[in-house]
Amino acid sequence: MSVRVDPPIAMLAELTHRCPLACPYCSNPTELLSQSSELSTEQWSDVFSQAAGLGVLQLHLSGGEPAARRDLIDLVIAARQAGLYTNLITSGIGLTEKRLHALDEAGLDHIQLSLQGVTADIADRIGGYKGGFDRKMHVADVIRDIGFPLTLNAVMHRENIDDLPATIDMAQRLGARRIEVACVQFQGWALTNRAALQPTRAQVIRAKEVIAQAVTRLKGQLVIDFVPPDYYSDFPKACMNGWGSTGLNVTPDGTVLPCHAAATIPQLHFDRVPDKTLSEIWYKSAAFNAYRGTDWMPALCRTCDRREIDYGGCRCQAMAVLGDANAPDPVCRKSPGRAVLDGLLETEGSQIGAPSFVYRR
Amino acid sequence: MIGAGDIVFLPRGVRTHKDRVRDMDVLLAPERVLMLDGIGVAILARLDGVATVEEISDDLARTYDAPRDVIEPDVIEYLGDLQDKGFVHVR
Repeated sequence: MSVRVDPPIAMLAELTHRCPLACPYCSNPTELLSQSSELSTEQWSDVFSQAAGLGVLQLHLSGGEPAARRDLIDLVIAARQAGLYTNLITSGIGLTEKRLHALDEAGLDHIQLSLQGVTADIADRIGGYKGGFDRKMHVADVIRDIGFPLTLNAVMHRENIDDLPATIDMAQRLGARRIEVACVQFQGWALTNRAALQPTRAQVIRAKEVIAQAVTRLKGQLVIDFVPPDYYSDFPKACMNGWGSTGLNVTPDGTVLPCHAAATIPQLHFDRVPDKTLSEIWYKSAAFNAYRGTDWMPALCRTCDRREIDYGGCRCQAMAVLGDANAPDPVCRKSPGRAVLDGLLETEGSQIGAPSFVYRR
Repeated sequence: MIGAGDIVFLPRGVRTHKDRVRDMDVLLAPERVLMLDGIGVAILARLDGVATVEEISDDLARTYDAPRDVIEPDVIEYLGDLQDKGFVHVR
């Protein structure tokens, strides 16, 4: 049975892996790419126009820290010329007042500012960068003065999830229109640091109450998107809304992935944009077709009435936890892998004996 | 709740876009894409930052030769839903 493939809606462009911060939950791979392997301004501009031609509407400029690219302004100009809604995902470090005004001129649509913590103490400890919090707050002021629509992206884990009420207050104080409360998903560096980052069950229950109250209280004032810590869920997340269905990810060297962690699946080969067109990769590549539709699914998922709701969950999570990307997501209560996840929660999801961070360097 | 005298507008960072690949109109906002039908396009095209909900409803009733007392509640409901999702602001 052939699967109908729709055009992608969103593209995440990891412009660089370079970043002044060293967050222990970074979603970049543990093997970081060097500056010399990064696509050039012209190559990225070409990728943006190919993306628009393919049907991408929203472009997320990310990293690493995208501001580490000296050609960031030119890349935004190219993205807007291609007709893309252009979002900058940044820590704020490297964005001077002058550069922010230039981004405004270039037509940048939206800024998503990451938040490591609500005080300088915790934020700088998590980010591994002294003075980062104060600089971020200054950048937030300039963003507000210019009038950029702002999303605060608060990455939550055991060390800061209790600060959730203060985090939501901060979003309002900074004039953010939207907050993304993203509990750490265990891929990349976060997988290495899982035992130090995993929240406890009590923390998760409390966080969900805080979110539910805030959503009601701030309706029409602040959009709140919550990404729950999925090890504590009963059913898997609909990862990427289904593999190769709505979004794609381009790494600094032009490798095109269905999601940022897909390269952890060893049996898949991923093409690069200088070698093939984005369209060929999206529609025809074996990697993008590997987990589309329902035919690939193990029987448990294929016969489940949730198969079109969560699409079997996250392939990279099955890979990370079970060492088998073809298995049902171990978050699923119905799956045999759930016992492994419960075992991990028992040993890691406690406050006692947490290891110290391995920083992303 | 949005009133007939309110001015509803698209804030910075929210804009309509002609999607040539899918051949449809869409509303683009931070992390959101909303596919628009003909009614949505007609309402959003009239959010000029000046016209009130009442005036927009008058205009729609005239343009589409539709009953005015049905149109206004529909416009208010449609825009109220967009306001809850952060797509439009009100003054």
